Amino acid sequence: MHDADILMIRVILPHHLRTLAGVGREVALEVAPPVTLRAILDALEARYPVLRGTIRDQSTQQRRDFIRFFACGEDWSHESPDAPLPDAVAKGEEPFMVVGAMAGG
Amino acid sequence: MIQVRVLVGTRKGAFIFTSDAKRERWEISGPHFAGWEVYHLKGSPVDPNRIYASQSTGWFGQLIQRSDDGGKTWTPVGNDFKYAGVPGTHQWYDGTQHPWEFKRVWHLEPSLTDPDTVYAGVEDAALFKSTDGGQTWRELAGLREVKGNLWQPGGGGLCLHTILLDPRDPQRIYVAISAAGAFRTDDGGQTWRPINQGLKSPYELPDPAAEVGHCVHGMAMHPSRPGVLFMQKHWDVMRSDDAGEMWREVSGNLPSDFGFPIAVHAHEPETIYVVPIKSDSEHFPPEGKLRVYRSRTGGDGWEALTNGLPQRDCYVNVLRDAMAVDTLDPCGIYFGTTGGQVYCSPDGGDQWTTIARDLPPVYSVEVQTLA
Repeated sequence: MHDADILMIRVILPHHLRTLAGVGREVALEVAPPVTLRAILDALEARYPVLRGTIRDQSTQQRRDFIRFFACGEDWSHESPDAPLPDAVAKGEEPFMVVGAMAGG
Repeated sequence: MIQVRVLVGTRKGAFIFTSDAKRERWEISGPHFAGWEVYHLKGSPVDPNRIYASQSTGWFGQLIQRSDDGGKTWTPVGNDFKYAGVPGTHQWYDGTQHPWEFKRVWHLEPSLTDPDTVYAGVEDAALFKSTDGGQTWRELAGLREVKGNLWQPGGGGLCLHTILLDPRDPQRIYVAISAAGAFRTDDGGQTWRPINQGLKSPYELPDPAAEVGHCVHGMAMHPSRPGVLFMQKHWDVMRSDDAGEMWREVSGNLPSDFGFPIAVHAHEPETIYVVPIKSDSEHFPPEGKLRVYRSRTGGDGWEALTNGLPQRDCYVNVLRDAMAVDTLDPCGIYFGTTGGQVYCSPDGGDQWTTIARDLPPVYSVEVQTLA
C-alpha cells in the first residue's frame, strides 16, 4: 500500500479518555481504507494502548454499554463495526466522536 | 524519619495523606485519577514506594495503575482480566445460571516478599495474580471450582473483596467473597476449599449452615498468628483459631453485630476493632452515634470508642476495606466513611481526630508505616 492510500482520521475523545491518553480534545490517526469503526478503534488502541478495554471489551470487542459513536450527526453505536463510515469522516472533513453517555440527574 | 502514609480510595478519585509519627498534621495529595472510582490502593510491604491502585468507572471500565515513587506519579499497567478457559456460570437472581462477567477490581493485595507479585480480587468473584508488576494477569481458576455454580451475587455484587496472605506459609491464602463465603488454599492457589463451618445465616440462606453462600463482609488476621482469623459477617462477628476450620461467634455485647470492616491491632493480636452498623436494611450507626468498638479479648467483650467521633445525627457507613492500622507504637487506627470523613486515632482508639472531612464517599483506607 502506498502512503497516499493512508487516510488521516480525526477522532474526538471524552474527557477521561483524553486524560488517560494524555492528548487534547481531538487526535489524528492514520487509517488504511476502508475506514470502519473497527479500523478506527484498532488504530486508536495501537497508538494509545492505555485505551484498550476502555471503549470496547478486550475479550468480546463489544462496545462498552455507556459508550456511543457519533459521526456526521448520526449515531453509529449500533451499526456493524465493519460498516464503512461516511466519506466525510474518511477524508478527515468530519470527526469521529467517541462519547460517554449521559448519566445522572 | 518515620512517616505514615494513608492511601484513601473514594468514589471520585484517590487521596494520599502523609504525616510524621505524631500523626497530628497531615499533608494531602490528590485527587489522583480524578472523577474515577478508586475501589482500593495498597503498597508493597517490601517496597513501600510500589503502590497498586484499582481505577474504574461504569463508562470506561477497569484500569490498574502502578506507582514506583510512593504515589507521586502513576503508570497504567495491564487491565486485561480474562477468566481462565470457558468462564462458566453462577447463580443469578432469578434462579437461572448466568455467565461470569468481569466488572471491576475490588481489592489489590501485594505479595509479602516480591513487589512485582500482586493479587487482585474481582467482581464477578475470582482471584487473579500478576508476577510482572501488574502488566499481565492470570486467574487462579481453582477457586471458582468450589461450587462456583452456586454462588449468587448479593446486593453489593458477586465480589472477591478480601485477600489474606499467610506470612509463615507462602502457599496459604485466604479469600472472602460476598454471598459465597470464605475459602482457603494451601497450595498457592491451585486448589481451594470452603472454610465456612460454624457460620450461620438463618435470615439469608435456606440452609443456615450451608457450605457456601454466607455473606462474609471482611476478614483480618494478625501476622504473628496467621491461623487466627477474625471475620465480620453480614450479621455476626466471628473468630477461628484453626485457620478457618471452625468458626465461633464473638459478637458479645456489641450494640449490633452487623457491619463491614474488621481490623487487628498491630501489636496486640487479641485486640480487634469493628464499626457496628444498625442493620442490613439501615446502613448507618445505631442511634446515629459513630462508634468504633474495641475488644481486647479477641471478641466477646467489647467497649465503645467515641472520643472525637460524632455522637449524634451521624448516618454514614464504613465500608469493608475502609479501616486499617499503622505499625507505630502506640498503634494508629484509621477509617473512612461514606460521608467523606477520614478519622485517625494515634493511640489505639482512645482518641480520634478528623484528618479529612469532605472527601467523596470513602471506599478504602490503607496505611503504610515508613521508616
